[in-house]
Amino acid sequence: MANHTIAHNVYVPFLEKKGILSWILSTDHKRIGIMYLISISFFFLVAGVFALLLRYELLTPASDFVQPHTYNVLFTLHGSIMVFFFIVPGLAASFGNFLIPLMIGAPDVAFPKLNLGSYWIYLLGTVIVLIALAKPADTGWTFYTPYSATTDTDVVLITFGVFVLGFSSILTGLNFIVTIHKMRAPGMTWHRLPLFIWASYATAVLQLLATPVVGITLLLLITERTLGVGFFDPAKGGDPVLFQNFFWFYSHPAVYIMIIPAMGVISEIIPVFARKPIFGYKAIAYSSLGIAFISFLVWAHHMFTSGISDLAATIFSFLTFLVAIPTAIKVFNWTATLYKGSIHLHSAMLYALAFVFLFTIGGLTGLFLGALAADIHLHDTYFVVAHMHYVMIGGTVMGFFGALHFWYPKWFGRMFNETVAKIAWFLIFIGFNVTFFPQFFMGIQGMPRRYATYPAEFESLMALSTYGSWILGLGIFIMTINLIAGLINGEKAPQNPYGSLSLEWQVPSPPPLENFEEIPHVTDWTYGYGKKK
Amino acid sequence: MTWIPEVASNLASKVDGLLILITLLSLVFFILITVVLVYFAIKYRRKREDEETPYITGNEPLEIIWTVIPSILLIILFVYGYVVFKDMRTPPEDALEVTVEGKQWLWTFDYYNGKKTINELYVQHNRPVRLVMEAPDVLHSFFVPAFRVKQDLVPGRYTQLWFTPTKIGTFDIFCAEYCGTGHSAMLGKVIVLSPEAYEIWEKGVKADEGAGVASLPPAELGEKIYKEKGCNACHSVDGSVLVGPSFKGIFGHAAVMQDGSSVNVDENYIKQSIIEPQAHVVKGFQPVMPSFKGILSDEEVTALVAYIKTLK
Repeated sequence: MANHTIAHNVYVPFLEKKGILSWILSTDHKRIGIMYLISISFFFLVAGVFALLLRYELLTPASDFVQPHTYNVLFTLHGSIMVFFFIVPGLAASFGNFLIPLMIGAPDVAFPKLNLGSYWIYLLGTVIVLIALAKPADTGWTFYTPYSATTDTDVVLITFGVFVLGFSSILTGLNFIVTIHKMRAPGMTWHRLPLFIWASYATAVLQLLATPVVGITLLLLITERTLGVGFFDPAKGGDPVLFQNFFWFYSHPAVYIMIIPAMGVISEIIPVFARKPIFGYKAIAYSSLGIAFISFLVWAHHMFTSGISDLAATIFSFLTFLVAIPTAIKVFNWTATLYKGSIHLHSAMLYALAFVFLFTIGGLTGLFLGALAADIHLHDTYFVVAHMHYVMIGGTVMGFFGALHFWYPKWFGRMFNETVAKIAWFLIFIGFNVTFFPQFFMGIQGMPRRYATYPAEFESLMALSTYGSWILGLGIFIMTINLIAGLINGEKAPQNPYGSLSLEWQVPSPPPLENFEEIPHVTDWTYGYGKKK
Repeated sequence: MTWIPEVASNLASKVDGLLILITLLSLVFFILITVVLVYFAIKYRRKREDEETPYITGNEPLEIIWTVIPSILLIILFVYGYVVFKDMRTPPEDALEVTVEGKQWLWTFDYYNGKKTINELYVQHNRPVRLVMEAPDVLHSFFVPAFRVKQDLVPGRYTQLWFTPTKIGTFDIFCAEYCGTGHSAMLGKVIVLSPEAYEIWEKGVKADEGAGVASLPPAELGEKIYKEKGCNACHSVDGSVLVGPSFKGIFGHAAVMQDGSSVNVDENYIKQSIIEPQAHVVKGFQPVMPSFKGILSDEEVTALVAYIKTLK
């Protein structure tokens, strides 16, 4: 374990300086992390409101709350804002920024100015997309051609915004890769690294290699729309399916950009609250890299009905089953970590356990979609909607909420109300399942997704799903208020309230500006819980 | 409703076998994980702050077991999925061919004998059918849940799909690939007829519209056509604006056209708009309506006019 740093300088917490300039010009990774955290949380809540509105429309079969066009705009905005503004930057940009230097014993990331630049680029992207809301697109977040090339809504501006955002993602990935390679404290070998670092590393590689492809794809779409070049228009010799190949070549790895950091978070929370070393460290660490690698080779499993060749479909189905193996290994290892532990059900731990439970459902329902003949029936139905929300909310968002509750005392130096946090967790857990579990049944029955109106036989399940969204919304509302209230009048947090052995907990809460008085010398791995001294 | 939808094609029961196997395997793993998770969380709950915990970092045999067993099961699922998929993709040689066109936001079906229908696909019980599909505008996807078949329609190329209907009756067709404003109204029906009924239909008499329908008053027949031929995908009858103008209260009033001219909505204007939709496009709407020339008979057009007149 790391040697404790001895304070011989005056402790200045990184939050000490005030004023807007101390934020927008700050190259401190902890402040940049906070700026990302506020931005992504804001977009999470905005896109969440769109979700509540579209679920409200689906309370009855007819389109009686909004017109079909407005409904189509709502799901487009919900999807694209959630994906590109919240969940892709998500944990990596917020908690990754805050934690990576602290966890590896570094004073900052490798390129602090580039880090600030990445945030500015993110902001620029959001501004462009906000302007695009004047005539919002109705294409769905996938922007499939030829519809996206022909609709008279503003596709160019929103895709350009996403294009700009991509640079933020690429540069952040680059920064983290170099940081993890070059900035580890003496003695912090690869196999002593916290698993969140392994996860961040795998994510950063994906960001760096996959994001340029979506950038190019969106640029081609913009060129087709503005200059009339026929990349995807068959009348001009293009191919609409080419767009899908390009799009998913990025967007499937992007699924893992979204989920792998959350897996890293879970691997940090569970050992601390079980007081046990993580079970199968190397299996979890290398499975992150394994998932990252295979994730580049499964994109066409989104396209089994699109008209691709049978041979291609078969190969992609096989590779999709391969990616299930490292994922299953992680779930088994997290569960085994609890064995003979001393388990404290803190709110952060509850989110971690909810992750394992819900992500298991998300993963298992993925098997239905990987199996060729079953996917033919289930593709583009509510089954897919339910599956992806079990992975994205049940997985990533639970990981995000877990991270919020876990590192909150460290980041802000204050505590939140734990009882209220548990109540909010319970509402979120129940609300989420009531919203999305019925959708599996609707999907198997054949209910297509992206329908503004629907056949009457689905009304009761649809209504149940809408009621669930209200419980879920209430839970998230209570959680948000609780966390904001803690910032204002929460108790002062101790340095290490949960008895974690990781480096970030060995500095004061909130951490000092320079992170460590002296760069620590690491002598053991991060998970030595229960190890006899 | 049961959790598995109605089985109405030769492929449906094969797909269901796969669905049931995956469901069972998933349930086993789900229950296993959940029981262990909850059991550990309760049994090993922290009772005292200073509890000692054992230093266990892993177990190689266990890692191997839980890598190898799932891998074998996954390969079985892959092969099963592939075998059924192969069936779905291999139409029998004697399948009857129907050409399908999906466009915003209706389905048209062209049969070997020159017949053409809208939003209603007529097929014969126990006789394989191969659909050759194309889309002139954007992506669509032909989906019949009761048959467990789905295939995208892609501009610029033909795609195909086949099935043998094994149940007489009427089954939903959904468009499953998002195609714009009217996507959720792009619905149709597959009508599976007995060989006798199919023969009658083939010869020109509409099997489902016997004497009963012919004797409907024109306005009621018009309402039926409005719903069945896809008019309702784009035109409301309650004043709400969809893709096209609402039918409510238009008859007998003047409408402003794209070129600024004004046209009185009478019998002739409605008929022209159905047969030659691009002749006069109402201001504020796109010229996207397909022509129904040769699809609707004169009687049917007259019936539609009668129906629109009733929408005050």
